[in-house]
Amino acid sequence: MTIPAPKSGRTFFLRPQDLIGIIVLAILLLVVLPLALDNFRLQFVGKYLTYAFVALGLVLCWGYAGILSLGQGVFFGLGGYCMAMYLKLEASSVENTKIQSTPGIPDFMDWNQITSLPWFWEPFRSFGFTTLAVVVVPALFALILGYALFKRRVGGVYFAIITQALAAIMTILIVGQQGYTGGINGITDLRSLHGWDIRTDSAKTILYFVCVGLLLGCILLAYYVKSSKLGRILVAMRDKEDRVRFSGYDVSSFKIFVFCLAASLSAIGGAMFTLQVGFMSPSFVGIVPSIEMVIYTAVGGRLSILGAIYGTLLVNWAKTSFSESFPELWLFGLGGLFIAVVLIFPNGLAGLWQSYVAPRLGPLFGGAAKRRAAPPSASPPASGPVAPAAAE
Amino acid sequence: MNAGVITDSMNRDFVLAVEGLTVSFDGFKAVNDLSFYVDENEIRVIIGPNGAGKTTVLDLICGRTRATTGSIRFKERELTKMKEHEIVRAGVGRKFQNPSIYEDLTVFENLEISYPKGRTVVGALTFRRDGPVKERVQEIAETIFLADQLDQRAEYLSHGQKQWLEIGMLLIQDPELLMLDEPVAGMSVSERKKTAELLNTIIKNRSVIVIEHDMKFVEDIAHKVTVLHQGKILSEGSMAKVQADPKVIEVYLGH
Amino acid sequence: MFADYSLAELGSIFVMQGFAGLILFSVFVLMALGLAIIFGQMGVINMAHGEFMILGAYVTYFTSQFFLHFLPSLFNIYFFVAMILAFFASGALGMAVEWLMIRRLYKRPLDTLLATWGLSLILQQVYRSVFGPREVGVELPNWMMGSLALTDTIEVQINGLFVMGLTIAITIAVALLMYKSAWGKQVRAVVQNRVMAGAVGINTEKIDRNTFGLGCGIAGVAGSAFTMIGSTGPTSGQLYIVDTFLVVVFGGAQSLLGTIASAFTISQAQSTMEFFLSGSMAKVLTLLGVVIILMLRPQGLFVIKVRR
Ligand SMILES: Nc1ncnc2c1ncn2[C@@H]1O[C@H](COP(=O)(O)OP(=O)(O)OP(=O)(O)O)[C@@H](O)[C@H]1O
Ligand SMILES: [Mg+2]
Repeated sequence: MTIPAPKSGRTFFLRPQDLIGIIVLAILLLVVLPLALDNFRLQFVGKYLTYAFVALGLVLCWGYAGILSLGQGVFFGLGGYCMAMYLKLEASSVENTKIQSTPGIPDFMDWNQITSLPWFWEPFRSFGFTTLAVVVVPALFALILGYALFKRRVGGVYFAIITQALAAIMTILIVGQQGYTGGINGITDLRSLHGWDIRTDSAKTILYFVCVGLLLGCILLAYYVKSSKLGRILVAMRDKEDRVRFSGYDVSSFKIFVFCLAASLSAIGGAMFTLQVGFMSPSFVGIVPSIEMVIYTAVGGRLSILGAIYGTLLVNWAKTSFSESFPELWLFGLGGLFIAVVLIFPNGLAGLWQSYVAPRLGPLFGGAAKRRAAPPSASPPASGPVAPAAAE
Repeated sequence: MNAGVITDSMNRDFVLAVEGLTVSFDGFKAVNDLSFYVDENEIRVIIGPNGAGKTTVLDLICGRTRATTGSIRFKERELTKMKEHEIVRAGVGRKFQNPSIYEDLTVFENLEISYPKGRTVVGALTFRRDGPVKERVQEIAETIFLADQLDQRAEYLSHGQKQWLEIGMLLIQDPELLMLDEPVAGMSVSERKKTAELLNTIIKNRSVIVIEHDMKFVEDIAHKVTVLHQGKILSEGSMAKVQADPKVIEVYLGH
Repeated sequence: MFADYSLAELGSIFVMQGFAGLILFSVFVLMALGLAIIFGQMGVINMAHGEFMILGAYVTYFTSQFFLHFLPSLFNIYFFVAMILAFFASGALGMAVEWLMIRRLYKRPLDTLLATWGLSLILQQVYRSVFGPREVGVELPNWMMGSLALTDTIEVQINGLFVMGLTIAITIAVALLMYKSAWGKQVRAVVQNRVMAGAVGINTEKIDRNTFGLGCGIAGVAGSAFTMIGSTGPTSGQLYIVDTFLVVVFGGAQSLLGTIASAFTISQAQSTMEFFLSGSMAKVLTLLGVVIILMLRPQGLFVIKVRR
């Protein structure tokens, strides 16, 4: 939480230590990693960063507002599929597909005896529409869902279970409707964006920088939301929902807002995933990927915007290196991570940073003078989902 | 049954008019055909044994619980049909029985959130902590004896200070009807005195409904007392009148 | 879609699909009973419930192997022994988990969800490492094989009937335990007012542990029943967890009757639709229906009014 300076007031939404944190991250992602890693590894980082968008949304939605969504993969997928549809249409020009029985439609449709492009694919011929759809379609979906659930005061575990069920439904639907979605393989063989071949190394490097740029933009947005009064209302709501309601706020509209925001952020990640990796499939939509995205946030620290990014990078890096060499160990590791992050360090990396590193770095890093160390995990607060110490 | 009490009430302009209010929880009537009227600038105290339905009455007025039947009119608006936040925006403020503040936020932020501006999503995103806001927060903080604690996280306040903070959060909304559920419960003697002082300053220019068990305190502040028992009004009138009522003595004051 | 069938055929289809639905119903009920106890009574979201069930299934499988090789003469009754072993195996694991993990997380339901998800991953990997990734199936004793012909067109499997009978028996036993025994009374007392229950001398920690153990034990029995109708693999349990949670939530978490009614509704809906649509669409429509009803009626079908 912010320490306000009521006498002077804070005019800029970033505190110095936030600004330093963002700059350090920017240098790491824009300079250090591109110089230190080969193309192949850098593309991995680019892929991980697309999940960081989801983690960022979860910080706001789960960490701040206390709304745990186990269906963020759905939004990641929606964004990714929107982009994939556009790219697929471009790759399925009549010329490229003349061997098909119906040229000009995506190959998987042809395989499934579909003879004309379904109506909902049509608008994805336009890049403008696609970009808009990437952000708006998931937000609309979240809006409908949020409206239905939050207006009726469904929250907590019920919300989590319902969103999880939706992730399941979405996967089954995508897999089942092969002709329209590409089924279990997803939408593959994507080639170019406006004629620009996205499969080359140079294109991938450029896309990496685009991805980082977008991520930094989203981080700034998240900081803005967090530091606005809305951010404090989210925290207040998580703590004492009734009090907020009886201070004259329509609590559900705030929940809907933050849920939609998280959905759009995830979807941007999904679209960037499609662009960088060159395909989209239901394996990024379902229950398992959705809950794994939660663990990225938890490892980073569910209340920490920058922590979420580092958490995502770290967990994915661990996943890649472990599952290359010891695939069995990875599931133990991941399972253990879930347990540890709940039982031992509920504030994740950010909590460790706050209690062990930052105090040594002096006041610029949110010095420890005014803060308590992270409380021992054995005595979590009775209300609110998490010990609040590592609020930054 | 309580028609005698309210005969003169029909023609006047009341701030709050509760009529025939009933709520039933699975057949149990926590509030049963209740009617009472609160005047402008009146301080009404509701007393009654535990479980009499006092808190439930406040819940009904502020929309937390929905009435089974009956009407609640506040300045000619029917509250039973309104959403909670609309009721608040109409000018009804409510303090909960247990101090209900945002422990993770500072005193300043607690008050700022209660400041009646930027209550929509867009409003909250564009809300600026400008001069008038800071002045108002400062002013309220002084009233509730917390001016030195503005940067303190609310979780570290004492029980009494938390109660004051919640009162301050209501005050900053400047409600026309203020409802306080046991504001001095659990306070030390000195805190109690200070609270009585506080209440006396804040009740000016508004109507107040207070629920309280502490008779001394009630005597100090009440204009009119309503005694609830098993969801119904047992007696109503001045403190002296109520205290003399044999029915009241029997169920409440007697033991 | 009905047009291709005669009326009599439709009738038989409904009966047979209804029966197939009843088997699904049995698995749902058995899984959901344990889950409903743990979630409804303790507020803990046990995402590893499927793995507790699968432990029971493995225990049953190994018991059947044991009888097959060492006590072939008693093979007909191995199932009953297996069921008891499964109950105690899953129950003991459950109690251990409660002690190591869950008891630190009461009041943080979302965190139990994440932690038990982690546990489920670990258990899956343990099963894979110990029992192998292959799915295993039990051999049924002779008396459970075959089917009963009710009419010319309607046949029902004996093992299915048996599992159903078992489900009913277990449900009754659980209901008696929760609502009639002194222990059940203590459990409910702890749920309603932990502090008070502690003050009148109930050992609340022990009650918690035993309740959690009981819920997991029932999952183990569910696993035994599961071997009759499906094969067991490390991840078989995970397939059911979302459905089961929906069953519990849909039924209103605090009510055993609600759990049963909702298990019935969901399994019948799914199984009937399965005949006419593809399996995946049937599942989508069922889940979607449940989600939509939950949106309209968030407290589930059966609710007790409690003060917020
Ligand atoms: N939502 C609810 N569901 C069921 N019963 C309720 C509900 N709200 C209140 N009750 C019951 O209504 C009765 C009146 O409760 P209420 O809290 O209004 O009493 P009270 O007069 O405020 O008592 P106290 O002095 O202890 O605060 C109690 O028996 C309570 O259990
Ligand atoms: Mg009360």
